[in-house]
Amino acid sequence: MSTLEIDRVRKTYGNLEVLKEVSISIGTGDFLVLLGPSGCGKSTLLSMIAGLENISDGEVRIAGKVVNELSPKDRDIAMVFQSYALYPTMTVRQNIEFGMKIRGVPPAQRDKAARSAADLLQITHLLDRKPSQLSGGQRQRVAMGRAIVRQPKLFLFDEPLSNLDAKLRVDMRTEIKRLHARLGTTIVYVTHDQIEAMTLATRVAVMKGGVVQQLDDPQTVYDRPGNVYVAKFVGSPSMNIIPGRIEVEGTTATAIVDVANRPAARIPGIGLSSQAASTYANRKVLIGIRPELFSVGNGQAQGAISVDVDVVEPTGPDTLAVFQLGGVEVTARLPPKQVNARSSATLAVDTSKVVLFDQDSEELIN
Amino acid sequence: MANALSQQKPTVESISRQNRIRIGRLFIYGPLAVMAVLYLMPLWVMVVTSLKPLDEIYGGSFIGLPQTVTLDAWRSAWSQACIGTECTGLRPYFVNSLLMVIPAVVLSTGIGAINGYILTKWRFPGANFVFGLLLFGCFLPYQAILIPMARTLGLLGLAGSIPGLVFVHVAYGICFTTLFFRNYFVSLPDELTKAAMVDGAGFFRIFWSVILPTSIPIIVVSCIWQFTQIWNDFLFGVSFTSGGNSPITVALNNIVNVTTGRKQYNVDMAAAMIAAIPTLLVYIVAGRYFVRGLTAGAVKG
Repeated sequence: MSTLEIDRVRKTYGNLEVLKEVSISIGTGDFLVLLGPSGCGKSTLLSMIAGLENISDGEVRIAGKVVNELSPKDRDIAMVFQSYALYPTMTVRQNIEFGMKIRGVPPAQRDKAARSAADLLQITHLLDRKPSQLSGGQRQRVAMGRAIVRQPKLFLFDEPLSNLDAKLRVDMRTEIKRLHARLGTTIVYVTHDQIEAMTLATRVAVMKGGVVQQLDDPQTVYDRPGNVYVAKFVGSPSMNIIPGRIEVEGTTATAIVDVANRPAARIPGIGLSSQAASTYANRKVLIGIRPELFSVGNGQAQGAISVDVDVVEPTGPDTLAVFQLGGVEVTARLPPKQVNARSSATLAVDTSKVVLFDQDSEELIN
Repeated sequence: MANALSQQKPTVESISRQNRIRIGRLFIYGPLAVMAVLYLMPLWVMVVTSLKPLDEIYGGSFIGLPQTVTLDAWRSAWSQACIGTECTGLRPYFVNSLLMVIPAVVLSTGIGAINGYILTKWRFPGANFVFGLLLFGCFLPYQAILIPMARTLGLLGLAGSIPGLVFVHVAYGICFTTLFFRNYFVSLPDELTKAAMVDGAGFFRIFWSVILPTSIPIIVVSCIWQFTQIWNDFLFGVSFTSGGNSPITVALNNIVNVTTGRKQYNVDMAAAMIAAIPTLLVYIVAGRYFVRGLTAGAVKG
């Protein structure tokens, strides 16, 4: 059992409120990613879970036990830092064994634990080297080895991949995912990289300004973002947010978007709850369409829209087409060589995944 | 690369460039040599004078090599020369200085290291203010603290003793050693201490096992600095000790100033050299760490 409950936790420095009543709860074996831009309080929250920062208000419970007043070593956690924080004068072996040595684990057992961790991470041949003789990826593995031998209830990762180059980052990402699958330990992982969040997490908490914007599984965060901020932060290129209005018929809405020099585009077949349907009928809303929901359509199909493509950006597997819709710039992800720059195109929209946001609160309309 | 260059035939252009470099070198090494000679002159005079018999010195040879080399002056300075009324040579005072300098260096470096560690890794409200006050201590002139310190030593019952002198040097040295260590530790990432805390290490464990092993260069800098300062100090020695408790600098002054009959230049020079040897040795043994320590942190590890 290694659950984590963050219960109405606040963090203040004098009058400055860094975290405002954050509540997150995850179960055994979950991989929680705290995702947000720098300064959103995600690293502070992680430090508070680790016991490196005081908790101003609220409770943190690990495996059901309140840990607010416990020092880091008594919380049954292990942490991997952004700069790896390997002890520079110790060998890899000594680095991995340091914690066990302090806890009075006998040498034979220490050696065994260090070896099995090293095997798992494929760093056995590096055990007698100093950290300065290792590459970034190897240091990263050693830092993880140091955490693994602890056999903690909770792993904490503080932006562990952000010091690596792009290629290595992808490799280590897979490595971490594999490690999680094998060990099954609960993990809290801080990052500002939404791809890392999507690929690794079982639960994502998107944070901004000390507030959790949305806590959900990654696919839900992607498909049904809780508000415009989350919609724009997760996904690359980010979700198109287009001002328009809706007409409602039963529980199905048709979005109507102005197009420059053309009749307004109609996007029918957007599902709504009956309550939202009555609230938002004929009102202005923000329409959220992921770039990949567009496809090249023919003029006859229902919901096809005609646009003037401004720029095309081939990425290899896809081509990004940029055009104006509803007065804003919209990006569509299309198969290569289907549309040309400075020409008109007819696009269809997969309306099953189109989402609507309230124009004022920018919250998701269900 | 170097091979490829040396296999090339020398062209007119490359020869003239080599000449230019040679002339440039001349301009650099010439003045350097002149300055070195100028600076080494006093040392030369001291060495040769200390090796000459007194008659030869009074005979007028000052800079030239000794005609008869003798170690009498060194022997006399070490164990026979009269300091005040006692004719014991410098030996007991050399021992005094050792008894003073070793504990003073160890204590001031140790306390400075802990101060620096606290000021950077265990920051408390007002830490910067405390550090500012300590910095201020570096600029206090020696003379300003003489009377209050004499009073303090009197109250502590340490007046006129070697432990008293150790106390003065430790108190005065902490400002400098704290500055050294604080500036060194500030470049160590905080995550290092955090990682050690998560590993279960406490305040002193982190200090001993993680922080200190990375600090060899700055420990050496601190020791050299403190050793030279304390060994060479005259004012505190002459103010706070007397008679048989004096450090070597005070005794040297007494040898040179108190003479009966002809002034024994050779003994004076030998005595001055004896007084200077320990600091020289420290530089020779640990000097390369000194430069490395002072520039540490400038280059990312």
